[in-house]
Parts: sequence; C-alpha cells; structure tokens
Amino acid sequence: MSSPNKASSWSALADRWLPKLVLSPSLAASLLFVYGFIAWTAWLSLTESRLLPDMTLSGLVQYRELFDNDRWWTAVANLGIFGGLFIFCALAVGLLLAVLLDQKIRAEGALRTIYLYPMALSFIVTGTAWKWMLNPDLGLQKLVNDWGFPNFTFDWLVDPDKAIYTVAIAGVWQSSGFVMALFLAGLRGIDDSIIKAAQVDGASLPVIYWRIIIPSLRPVFFSVLLILSHIAIKSFDLVMALTGGGPGTSSDVPAIFMYQFAFTRGQLGLGAASAMMMLMTIVAVLVPLMYMETRSAKRG
Amino acid sequence: MAKHLSVGRIVLYAALVLMAAYYLLPLYVMLSTSVKTLDDIRAGNLISLPHAITLDAWSKAWSSACTGVQCEGMKGFFWNSVKMAVPSVLLSTLIGAINGYVVSMWRFKGSDALFTMVLVGCFIPFQVVLLPMATLLGQLGIANTTTGLVVVHVVYGLAFTTLFFRNFYVTIPDELVKAARIDGAGFWTIFFRILMPISGPIFMVCVIWQFTQIWNDFLFGVVFAAGESQPITVALNNLVNTSTGVKEYNVDMAAAIIAALPTLFVYMVAGRYFVRGLTAGAVKG
Amino acid sequence: MKLKQLSAALLATAILPATVFAGEVEVLHWWTSGGEAKSVAELKKMMNAKGDTWKDFAVAGGGGDNAMTALKTRVVSGNPPTAAQIKGPAIQEWGAEGVLANIDAVAKAEGWDKQLPPVVSQVMKYKGQYVAAPVNVHRVNWLWVNPDALKKAGAKVPTTWPEFFETADKLQKAGIQPIAHGGQPWQDATLFESVALGVGGADYYKKAFVKLDQATLAGPTTVKVFETLQKVKGYIDKGAAGRDWNLATAMVINGKAGMQFMGDWAKGEFTAAGKKPGKDFLCVAAPGTANSFTFNIDSLAMFKQKNPAAQKAQSDLAETVMSKDFQEVFNLNKGSIPARLDTPMDKFDDCAKKSKADLTTANKNGGLVPSFAHKMAMPSATEGAMVDVISQFMNSSMTPKTAAERLAKAGKVH
Repeated sequence: MSSPNKASSWSALADRWLPKLVLSPSLAASLLFVYGFIAWTAWLSLTESRLLPDMTLSGLVQYRELFDNDRWWTAVANLGIFGGLFIFCALAVGLLLAVLLDQKIRAEGALRTIYLYPMALSFIVTGTAWKWMLNPDLGLQKLVNDWGFPNFTFDWLVDPDKAIYTVAIAGVWQSSGFVMALFLAGLRGIDDSIIKAAQVDGASLPVIYWRIIIPSLRPVFFSVLLILSHIAIKSFDLVMALTGGGPGTSSDVPAIFMYQFAFTRGQLGLGAASAMMMLMTIVAVLVPLMYMETRSAKRG
Repeated sequence: MAKHLSVGRIVLYAALVLMAAYYLLPLYVMLSTSVKTLDDIRAGNLISLPHAITLDAWSKAWSSACTGVQCEGMKGFFWNSVKMAVPSVLLSTLIGAINGYVVSMWRFKGSDALFTMVLVGCFIPFQVVLLPMATLLGQLGIANTTTGLVVVHVVYGLAFTTLFFRNFYVTIPDELVKAARIDGAGFWTIFFRILMPISGPIFMVCVIWQFTQIWNDFLFGVVFAAGESQPITVALNNLVNTSTGVKEYNVDMAAAIIAALPTLFVYMVAGRYFVRGLTAGAVKG
Repeated sequence: MKLKQLSAALLATAILPATVFAGEVEVLHWWTSGGEAKSVAELKKMMNAKGDTWKDFAVAGGGGDNAMTALKTRVVSGNPPTAAQIKGPAIQEWGAEGVLANIDAVAKAEGWDKQLPPVVSQVMKYKGQYVAAPVNVHRVNWLWVNPDALKKAGAKVPTTWPEFFETADKLQKAGIQPIAHGGQPWQDATLFESVALGVGGADYYKKAFVKLDQATLAGPTTVKVFETLQKVKGYIDKGAAGRDWNLATAMVINGKAGMQFMGDWAKGEFTAAGKKPGKDFLCVAAPGTANSFTFNIDSLAMFKQKNPAAQKAQSDLAETVMSKDFQEVFNLNKGSIPARLDTPMDKFDDCAKKSKADLTTANKNGGLVPSFAHKMAMPSATEGAMVDVISQFMNSSMTPKTAAERLAKAGKVH
C-alpha cells in the first residue's frame, strides 16, 4: 500500500485499515441510496406499475411506449438545447465576469455579492419575477415599447420555438455568479510572477489571458463543467417556475416528464423508464470524464 | 493606487455595471412588487415603480398569511427549517471532510474508483429516489420525522462535500503529512491536529453550499417532513402556488424574500470567505 | 367524554404503538389561499368541537401535483394521512390499490344516497361502497363577461357560437381584447371542454370524454370542435402563454378584455376587486351550454387507518364534511355550490343560485357532465395525454383533423 514507512508500531496497522473503515459508511450509503435505488428504478421500469409500485415484471413495454411518445423526444431535444446553451453561456459569462473583476476593481466586494446572490435564492422564489419580466405584455418588451420603441419585440417566453431559450437565460442568471466565484478563485491562485514575466516579454493583456492564464485554469473548468451539467440535467424547478414546460409541451425537459408521468398521471412504470434513460445518458457522458479527471489529477 | 481613467477602464466599469443590472433586475421586481398595493399591481405595471409604498404585504406574509388551515404567516416555519438544516449541514460537512481526507491523503488501491462512484451520487435526479426512500424510511420507522429528513439530506449531500474537501486536501503538500507520520502521528491525529486547523476556508465553502442547497430544498421537505414541521419552502409554496384562490402577488413576493433572507444573509456576510475558501484550493481539481 | 377518549387512547396505544394518536385526523389538501384556508379552518373548528384534533397537511401547487407526490410517498412508507383531497376517477384508482377506507356506516346512518345527486355519489363510491365525501360542486362551463366593455363595443352577451364570434369581432374593432385566456395546459383544456360541450352537445361530450368512444373522438364533431377552437384562438392575445388564470381574470375586471372562459372560482377574483355580480360582471353559461353543467367536485378520500381511535375520528370527519353547516360555510367562501342538495341557498349570491338551478335542470335533462380538464372524467393517464394534445394544438399550427386523430390516440392511453 501507499504507506511510506512500515514502522512496526500498532498504529501503523491501524492506519492501514482505518481509512477504509472510515470511508465505508459513506460507501454503503452510496451503494444503497444511489445504486440500490437505481436498481429499484430499473426493475420498476420493467413493470406495469401505475399509481403505486407493482413489482411484477412485464418486459420492455414501458420503453416501447416511451420511444413512441412525442413529448419524450421534445423533452430530450430540449435538454440538448438547454444544456448546451446553459453550460456554454454560464461558463462564458462566469469567466468573463471573473476576468473583469480581477482587474483591481473598486467596490469589487459589492459587485461580487450582486453576481453571487442569485445562487442563494430558490426558483420557487425567483420564477415568478422572471416570468413577469419575460412576458411581452407585462415585462421588458412593454417597458421598451413604452419608452418609445414600439417595434421592439421580445416574446420568446410565449413562442413555442423559443421558450426553451428563456429558460437558459434565467438559468445563466442563477448559476453564472457561482461560476464567476470559482474562476475568480482560480485566477487568484495563479502565481503573479508568470504574468509579470510575460509582461516583461511584451505580451499584451488579452494575449496573456488567452495563452497563459485561461489554460492554467483547466482544473477549474472541470469543476465548473461538473457542477453546471449537474444543474442542467436536474433542472426542474427552473423550468417548472418559468414555463411549466409550455407553451404546450414545447419547453418540456426529461425531469419534468418523469415527475409528471410517475407522480401525477399514474404511469409510474413509464416514469421509471424515462428516469432510466436519463441515468444512462448521465453515466455514458460523465463517468468516463470524471474517472479521467480524478486519475489525471494525481499529484505531481 | 489611483488609476487614471482610460477608455478601457470606463468600458470595463460600464460592462460590470450593466451586468450588475441584469443580476439585480429580478430582485428589484420582487422588492418593488412587495411594497405595492394589489390595485397597483392589477393595473398591469409590474416593472414600474410603486405609486405608494406600503409594508402591509410584509407584515401579512410574516404573521397572517395562510399556509394551510393556520393563517399565521411564515414566522413559525423558520424554526422548522433551522431544526432540519443545521444538523444536516454540520453532519454532511463533517463526514465529507473525513471522506475527502481519506481519498486524498490515504489513497489505497481502488480509492479513486470509489471516489468516482460516490461522486456519481450527485447526478441522480432526486425525483427518482422519492418512492424507494419513502419505503425504506417507513421500514426504519423514521418516515416523516425530522430525523428521516436529516438522513436524506446528509446522504445526498455527501457527494458534493466529499468533492470539496478532497479537492482542498489534494493541494496540501505531501511532506506535511509524511513528516507527521514519521513522527508517529496516526490517522486521527493528523486529521484533527494538522488538517482541521487549516481547513477553515473550505469549511466555509462547504457550509455555505450545503446550507443554500438544504435551506432551499422543496422536494424532500414536502415529501419527507412531518406534517407539522414542514420547512419554510413548503410554507412558501403553499402561500404562492394557490390553485383557485385570489392571488396576492405583493404578499407572495414579500414571503419569498422572507424565506430567502437566511441564505441571502449568508451570501452577503460570508460571500467573501466563499471566494477566499475557493481560492484556498477547492477548485484545483 | 374525556375519560372515554383517554381510555380509547390508552387502549389504542397498548394494542398498536402507532404514530397516529387517538382522535386525530390528518388531512392532506391544497386549499391554501385566504378564502379556502378560512373554509377549511371551519372544518377544523367543527372537528375540534367533536373532540378530535386536526393535524394539517397542506401541500399546494400545480392543481395538486405536489400533494399527489407527497401522498404517494406517504402511502408507500405505510403512513397514509386520514384523508386526502382526491377527486373523480382517481378515487377509483386509489380504491383499486386497496388503500381506501370504507365509510358506508356513516353514509348509511346519514342518508348520503338521498342527499347527493346520483352522478356525484357514484364518484364517491368504490365498488358500491362510499370511500370519499364530497365538499363542493364547481361549475366549469362559465363565461365571465365585462358588461361595460361589451356596451362600449356595441355587442351583446353571446348565447351561441355564431353570436360569440359576432361579439368577439365587435370587441376587437373597439380595441378590446375579446378573450382573456391563460395558455397553461389546464386552462387550454378548460376552454376546449366548454367549446366541445357547446358545439357537440352533452351526448357527444359523454360519448367522447366519458366513454372514450374512438369513433366519436376521431369523428367529424371533434374536427368541428377543433375548428371552432382554432377560431377562438384567433381572439386570444399572444401574451397568453403561461399566464395565470387570475391575471386573465384581471384583464376582464379592468376592461382590457371582454370575456373569459373559466370555472366559478373566478368569481372570487371579481369580488376581491370589489365588483358586484350582475352589475360589474356577468356570469353566463359558455355559448351553447345553457342547459348543461360541467361539474368539478372536490372531495376527501378516506385512507385505511389501523388505529381504532383514528378510525372513529375518520368517521367524525366524514360526517362533518357532509353536514349542512360545513357545506354552506365552505362554499360561501369558495365560490362553488354545496354538493349536498338540501343545503339552504339563501346566503349565496346570484351566480351561485343560478349555478344551483342549472345543476338541478341539467341533472334532469341529462346535461350534467364531468369536467375532464379538472380530472373528473377519465383516468389520469388518459386525461394527461389528451391535455397534451389540446395544448399542443393551441400552441402550434396543427390542423383540426390531425388534432382529432391525435385526441383519439390519446383516448387509448390508460
């Protein structure tokens, strides 16, 4: 094992099994509450459960029904659009803000708090405010029209083709401040001497950021991607509060699909099948990424 | 450090202020609505300034709005949330610290794989676990108790807290621990005597993160809390999401801000430690 | 009395150390808005008077979506509430899971069969036995009208669909939004079912949405219903998507819009704004539905309790819910009318009185139909699939013919 010295004291022996012992309750919890429950859901997806769980197996009926459901495919496509846009924009905005804030700004503390506070609020709280602002008759569009620009339109919220973009706007608002904090922390951790050396060489500030600083933030990018994709896949409150999946079912996402079918429509089996599809996507995309990162992050 | 105002600096500040406006707009809408009268709101001007400022909505939200049969406002629910959030935050943080310590300082064969395995836990959609969790808690006899709710929050908070602490401890030089071990310090001694004293910043990050998540949680609260000790988010939901009654938006907004006060307070006061704590290493994957 | 309770409690705890205490009812509901909460508080008071304690379990949101989630987890954890706000065919679904309690003893003793219209009592029974108690009857097929707006436009209150479109045209010319609507799925469905009832009549409605007859669902009448709906869609503003129903009502209140299709709970918004029925606003049946009545009944379904004291309290609850006093007080606050036919109506306003009169006529002539938009007519899975089709139709350029085909396909989901 990695134990550097094999001193023959009893404590060295204890040190060998203690770490494993200490970690085991969490592992057991993870096995039961994450993997056990996934297995339970997998089983359920192979049954015809309706209102309450019924454990009699009935084959792949639910999956067939799921793949035959237009609404499911809309939800999947929306997760793609929303997830991609949300992750990219939150990342870009967060990074930009961090870089701007890193320029020895006055009132940095106040600005930072302003960018960060949305993270403190739940979407039950802010959903209504966003809904109003994005509504063409009540919010921004009306305001700008009243200011004397009658041709200004901003009606994405009520446009079935664009509603999902408004979800991304509100999502970026909520999460980009946190991304900013992560990047800002990363920037503060960078050794000043590297930058000074580059400046001596005559490199301009944008070049320094682009060539030297941002590449050195690679681990931060990983943390940010992990957190953002976690928010994107689980996004439920956000969509529920803002569009409720509408207009129609145009901004539906898998989490809402699953919740509605499993809990309000008495189609628990179908809900479980959709949950399994979500989980499989997550595993396919994230596990290799995470494993690679944890391995490459070994010290040295 | 008097900087001359170059064009670049002006553009920089303009960009920052513009972004600040984007972030503050929803808060402004909420605040201004909460001090308007209902007639003012019905007139259809949601973004406009209030005609007259009144705090009636605030006092109603605090002490007389209906959240069920009782119409005593939000005040009673604060304590419920505190009782649930404090133990959950502390426990999940502490366990996360120990886990992070093991997977960074006491690596053993397969510890990376196990860490990845625990990490996957933060990706499980919470809607999926409701029914099996309810069955299990029922069998353990802690269904719909605060204890049960705390267990749920701790279990699903572990993945993130472990990640935070692991990333922090990874940045601590090996020599520190090696030297301690040569001096004969054991597993717990190193943790409590050497690592805990320097873990302040990451504790702040972890506590802020967990507190925000747990305080704002609705789904677990509504499903696993005991009927009479529902957390504040459930009360807020009951107040805001009425089905067929008259909607009082000003009260809704005031209640929403009240429910968010503790987390807002934490971010305002401890926000600086947050960035500082992250700087201290949480983001160095 | 107290001693008796105490001994019952002791006995109960001795037999079964359950978490439910003697004489306690826990009621899951989503009546949380001011007026509703006051109505339920009356129930609590009446229960307290009988010596039972009330444990409130309020979960609002999404027309009971969150409450259903909470209920399900409660039931699988073996810890169900005494009663829950469940309605329509969902009562049958829960009954089929074998978790509902039989309250026939109370119903027989109180004579519920005589007090309730058969259409209502049918819903409350599972396999011929009462498992739920009704609290109210909402009428869904109302049209709310701002008479001043109509006067300004020189239009009259419509009673048929051709008249409706005439009025709508006039309103539009006068610069008033003809229809206030909120584009949320349940509101789309509410509008749809009023159109369906008006265009197709009660027999068509029953065949299509109660019996789920495939030929009727895919047939020409359904196509015609969608054609009418498409025309109605033209009079709705673009900002309707996602709008809450009460904001739409506010548009009628302040004269920005002329009419709204909505159930009788809309009345509360008008009266809260200080408006008088018959003078500042009118409640009329949706076009072509004067002889029909789409009902939406709230009810409390009773869950099996292990503890005998809790069972006793459950019976008390069922009895209280059906008492005249409670039915009157609850419905005065809620805008609906009592489910119990012999409740005195003299304290109610004109809209409620009209509702009651129409209920009686519709009951006689077969025009009394369940509202499917409010989960009264079909299993939740079917209802969900149909609402999906309707709201997709409202938010896309789907043709009426395709919509009818899809609706028929949705009718097969169960």
